[in-house]
Amino acid sequence: MNGPSPAGGAVVELEHVSKSYPGTDAPAVGDLSLTIPAGEICVLVGPSGCGKTTTMKMINRLIEPTGGRITIGGEDIMSMPAVELRRRIGYVIQQVGLFPHLTIGDNVATVPRLLRWKPPRIRERVEELLELVGLEPREYRDRYPAELSGGERQRVGVARALAADPPVMLMDEPFGAVDPIRRERLQNEFLRLQARVRKTIVFVTHDVDEAIKMADKIAILQRGGVLAQYDTPDVILASPATEFVERFVGADRGLKRLSLGRVRDLAPIAPVIVHAGESRADARGRLDRVEELTYALLVDDRDRPIGWIDAHDLAGEGPIPADAATPGAPTVQGETTLRDALSALLGSSVQLGVVVDERDRVTGLVSVDAIGEALRAPVRAADGSLVPIGEAAAG
Amino acid sequence: MEGQPFFRPEWIGDNLDVIGSRLWEHVQMTVIAVAIGLLLAFALALLIRRLPFLYGPIVGFTGTLYAIPSLALFAILVAFLGLTLAAAEVALVSYTLLILVRNIVAGLRGVPAEVIEAATGMGLTSGQRLARIELPIALPVIVAGLRIATVTTIGLVTVTALIGRGGLGYLIVNTGINRFFPTSIYTGVVLCVALAVAADLGLLGLQRWLTPWARARGASV
Repeated sequence: MNGPSPAGGAVVELEHVSKSYPGTDAPAVGDLSLTIPAGEICVLVGPSGCGKTTTMKMINRLIEPTGGRITIGGEDIMSMPAVELRRRIGYVIQQVGLFPHLTIGDNVATVPRLLRWKPPRIRERVEELLELVGLEPREYRDRYPAELSGGERQRVGVARALAADPPVMLMDEPFGAVDPIRRERLQNEFLRLQARVRKTIVFVTHDVDEAIKMADKIAILQRGGVLAQYDTPDVILASPATEFVERFVGADRGLKRLSLGRVRDLAPIAPVIVHAGESRADARGRLDRVEELTYALLVDDRDRPIGWIDAHDLAGEGPIPADAATPGAPTVQGETTLRDALSALLGSSVQLGVVVDERDRVTGLVSVDAIGEALRAPVRAADGSLVPIGEAAAG
Repeated sequence: MEGQPFFRPEWIGDNLDVIGSRLWEHVQMTVIAVAIGLLLAFALALLIRRLPFLYGPIVGFTGTLYAIPSLALFAILVAFLGLTLAAAEVALVSYTLLILVRNIVAGLRGVPAEVIEAATGMGLTSGQRLARIELPIALPVIVAGLRIATVTTIGLVTVTALIGRGGLGYLIVNTGINRFFPTSIYTGVVLCVALAVAADLGLLGLQRWLTPWARARGASV
């Protein structure tokens, strides 16, 4: 399959953008400036009334800004007719809004038809996109939206938004209407898709966890479209800029940060490996030399973990029996989030986890201490500076 | 009606040409009235789409027209237009307007908000949205109104016999009631009902054919 063209994204820049409605005192959005780098997912998040949806809709002029300037790839969005602008911007909404009277194929072909592409090119593109979002074209192209499940419809919505390969996509709570299990899957699918298409994405949600998961950068907005903080999820969680941000991301922000990190990001701890049949004295000697460890790890002949053995079990002479170990060493993989790893470790008596590869072979250890240390390390901010971990500045 | 047998089938055989031409007249009058009514109703509904506050006044006006007793309306129109086809059609058209305007507006308003938002967000102009999205989605509701308007008009055409037209109504009133001839009345009534049923089913079939997607609804969730 050919990937979509490598056009990728374009920089979206908001300069002092505002929106006020006549007859109201406070602006819906007042003086908002934001630069969204090309190819990144920027999540606008905040409580209701913070102007996140208004901000997003000003980018494709579903709402006309009353002040400031918005540019896409350097081009002012007011320099062209609104309909032309919108055909260059993908748009995905919570309720999807598929056209019920058109087949899936015709739905996806909407913008290419508006742009008067030749029919063979449209056909090819529709097929490519349906494959991209994981829907077999032959099976889905000629069906109607009413015949699809909610998750399938949402995928068609994404395919339709990508049809003319727009550099920018706007997504308004795109996964808000599906149940948590399907949402998780759609989010993962979308992140994989984004890794290939590299669009500039403006994503609106009210769900902090979704923002943390999806975002390259999070813009936290306060009532009136005031930008409270704009940074990577890690920095926002590690070092909230204001009390508002701190409250908004929640008291469990440390745990939330753990879901951003992976076991493979930690410095590996080398285990003391022992095999059944080995001499106890030998093993005891090796364990003694490693100060941090009080347990050796018994593995089978294929390097798969069996269980822990402490110095007491290794006392005396003779070979180590196959059943010497206390079973129940929790295993994690490099891809496991630190949050899941911590959860597994806290549940075991030894508080050490065994990192295994895809064939269950031991590659290292992970400890509760190491995870805690990762949380305490300073993080790198969007501007490249190191940010110390701490509470929000008072006030 | 004394002196006449209850039913004389041979009269039908002897008068097929008369019956046929009255049936054809009935069809023509109906088609003209519904077609003009549909055009006017469309224009009014599009006006309402642009200026929603006109909905009340327009529906009020067409509702008033609908409430005028048909005999009275024909009498008034004959005073201005004489015993003409125009007088008959003006009355028939005015009776279709209420149903058609209401159903076209209801159909357009029934298009889900998220569909309209998606269409607008993807860069369809207002006209493209109307032609490609809103009207096709509104079609089942519009055709439902068209069916009621058509069946109503087929019934009302018979009343125009009083001003010298009438289609099948001519058989009922002029050769039937006025000459105490039941066979002609039955023939007119049966054909009139058959025409109404045929028109109704025909329009239903047309709608099914035009909206294959509506049947897909609920096929799976």
